[in-house]
Amino acid sequence: MNRVVTGAHYGLRDWLAQRITAAIIAVYSVIVVVVLMGGVPITYAVWTDLFSRGWMRVATLLFFVSLIWHVWIGMRDILMDYVKPDGLRLSLQVFTVLILASYLGWSVQILWR
Amino acid sequence: MSEAAAKTLRKPRPKYLSLQALLFEIRLPVMGWVSILHRISGVLLFGAMVWMLWMLDTSLATASGFARIQHYVGLWPVKLSLLVLVWAYCHHFCAGIRFLLLDLDKWIGKESSRVTSWIVLAASIALTVAFGWKLW
Repeated sequence: MNRVVTGAHYGLRDWLAQRITAAIIAVYSVIVVVVLMGGVPITYAVWTDLFSRGWMRVATLLFFVSLIWHVWIGMRDILMDYVKPDGLRLSLQVFTVLILASYLGWSVQILWR
Repeated sequence: MSEAAAKTLRKPRPKYLSLQALLFEIRLPVMGWVSILHRISGVLLFGAMVWMLWMLDTSLATASGFARIQHYVGLWPVKLSLLVLVWAYCHHFCAGIRFLLLDLDKWIGKESSRVTSWIVLAASIALTVAFGWKLW
């Protein structure tokens, strides 16, 4: 069916991205909880050794990217729902994007120090 | 105008969206609570991201930083805040799984969605207690 719809057409893509990123976040969280509660006492050596492994760095980066993307969609939805003045909403959205972009940079710095 | 019609007209109408109605008369169904708590926990977790990143950064950077964070998370106001965040994470997680199932048309009836809402609320509290117990 070829319906004429209005809008910017990003709704379905974002809806899907929100769910896919959620699945990645959930899987990573469960794995981390299992690893951390595995019985080995977490000392500084164990902690840094865990984050020095290539797979852990890549998995954690994937987690951060998913998390940041997920937060952006969620915060945008909330701002669209509750903040009516256009200027204020746009400012808060820009602020959210800048914060999240800096978190991404920070997380890369933490993982590859 | 007949007597009955006049009576109908004089009948006091409910004044919804008054403060009293919002506080005491309109009750959010349990599905609504799960939904709004999903949003609140999401915003809370976003707000806490900077704190979590700082703790991860400090704990990985140096051995003394790791020891500092270990001491820091032992303080009771920090513990309490972390427990709130653990609840927020668990609630967001459980409610999120429920929303994914709703997307797949599972348990979308009125009664079954009420039941799954109660399960989400109970499971997130239970998980929070379990993690709190295990960690402290």
